Amino acid sequence: MTDTTVARSAASARPAAAPTRKPWLASRRNLERALPWLVVIGLFLVWEVGVRAFSVPQFVLPAPSVIFESMWKWRVPILDNAWQTLFTTAVGFGIAIVFGLVTGVLIGSSSLIYNGLYPVLIGFNSIPKVAVVPILVIWFGIGTVPAIITAFLISFFPILVNVATGIATVEPELRDVLRALGARRRDIILKVGLPRAMPYFFASLKVAITVAFVGSIIAETVASNKGIGHLMMVASSRFDVPLVFAGLLVTALMGVAMYIVANIVERRMTGWATRGMDGGMSAPQG
Amino acid sequence: MSHFVELDNITLRYGGEDTGTVALEGATLRVARGEFVAVVGPSGCGKSTLMKALSGLWPVNAGTVIVAGREVARPLEIVGMAFQNATLLPWRTTLDNVMLPLEIVQPHRGRLRRHRAEYEARARDLLKLVGLAGFEQKFPWQLSGGMQQRASLCRALIHEPELLILDEPFGALDMFTREELWGVMQDLWMTKRPTVILVTHDLREAVYLADRVHVMSARPGRMVHARTVDLARPRTLEGTYTASFTAITQELREHISHARAAA
Ligand SMILES: Nc1ncnc2c1ncn2[C@@H]1O[C@H](COP(=O)(O)OP(=O)(O)OP(=O)(O)O)[C@@H](O)[C@H]1O
Ligand SMILES: [Mg+2]
Repeated sequence: MTDTTVARSAASARPAAAPTRKPWLASRRNLERALPWLVVIGLFLVWEVGVRAFSVPQFVLPAPSVIFESMWKWRVPILDNAWQTLFTTAVGFGIAIVFGLVTGVLIGSSSLIYNGLYPVLIGFNSIPKVAVVPILVIWFGIGTVPAIITAFLISFFPILVNVATGIATVEPELRDVLRALGARRRDIILKVGLPRAMPYFFASLKVAITVAFVGSIIAETVASNKGIGHLMMVASSRFDVPLVFAGLLVTALMGVAMYIVANIVERRMTGWATRGMDGGMSAPQG
Repeated sequence: MSHFVELDNITLRYGGEDTGTVALEGATLRVARGEFVAVVGPSGCGKSTLMKALSGLWPVNAGTVIVAGREVARPLEIVGMAFQNATLLPWRTTLDNVMLPLEIVQPHRGRLRRHRAEYEARARDLLKLVGLAGFEQKFPWQLSGGMQQRASLCRALIHEPELLILDEPFGALDMFTREELWGVMQDLWMTKRPTVILVTHDLREAVYLADRVHVMSARPGRMVHARTVDLARPRTLEGTYTASFTAITQELREHISHARAAA
């Protein structure tokens, strides 16, 4: 009887001491942090080995090492064009934020405007934006403006829908708190609707910023003389496949960077919605 | 004689003509200025609905609601309301939640920016009064249910309304905190003399606080009995165990069980 108790307490003592001896990666937090990097590195490794093992020709699929080499070789034009893309995306995205917020508030707070405008917006959103670019070129010529407008057109919709949803779904109880004080409609939107919609708004920014990139690059490939999209078009017309891939990689990097910025802003601004849990993403596992 | 609050023969229906729920039918209530009235009745009989009609949050289908001499068509600024649920805004700290009415109701709204310190002190005093000192900067989800309810009570009081509508404000509290807050409430009422309409399930609470207790019937709700409480003020907790006190609660209890049986 006593023996088993001793044995059990010895057994339970072991795991308690274990964490100090655990390797760095074994801690769940560190693993979660390192995982994306490990996946990317693993992907590149498999890619590199695969390309070499089956000796895939470079104009079909260049190996990562070749892509990085090309990236370094063309670093000046790449940076130059990436900057252009970043600029058009940021401007288009900025306009989308303002427009999406304002129309989102209007649509979310009035069922009249909602019923009148929503079907039109849905229809508009269903139009593939590539089809719009030629029209923009006719109106504004080739260059920066069509790219900005395409980035805007493609990214305002998720913002608008989210803000409208956030405002339209305010709990009647919270609205009543303000109404009971004799608050006017404007006060209710400002003090309850908008704060309540903020988590939706910031969540939508993460989606919107990535699609804004897609918009810019689509416009650049079709009608521009600058930008990452244009660079990739030129490279592919010269059969410089490594440079095309370098362009893709840079685009992906910019997308991820923007996403991270949007994510940080979101956490700063809407801590109340995630109830102060650090790392909203890893929360479900507790 | 005209009353401060006059609900006359009101009917209130949630939803459509024939499919909806009739929550109130023929409810009549008159409250004089400065009076403290309690409303009791079986669960689901329409007490919260009565408060919504009274505050102008929900339009009545028939009858009239008059507050301060005017027919209530929309919510009034002179009303302070504490809901059955705490309904604090989750993105605001406790202090900011309590100060919310000051951002809406005149003349505070116009004065708030320049007299912020003074108003903040008032909010802190109120929070201290209900035992929430030290929780000013906490968010609602960091408070317990009872603490949230106490904060919402402060929010109803902060702009010193002429008419206080309290829907089970002490419902989620333990008996000791509740009894303590009865004392706070009585002091407040005796010094400021607002008109108070209190919904409660607790008959001791009703009799301790109110000048008059109204009993409602089961749904569709209307007033079936009114009992004037002529005990001297200030009332004490010991007083709630005296024979004259328990006689009143006993009488009310019987009326409520009749109302329940009639349903
Ligand atoms: N928003 C609503 N829509 C439809 N029906 C409602 C609504 N609110 C309340 N009711 C109905 O009206 C009736 C009265 O509800 P009310 O909330 O006024 O009861 P109550 O007396 O406050 O009950 P309790 O003591 O449990 O709080 C109930 O039958 C309820 O189902
Ligand atoms: Mg109720």
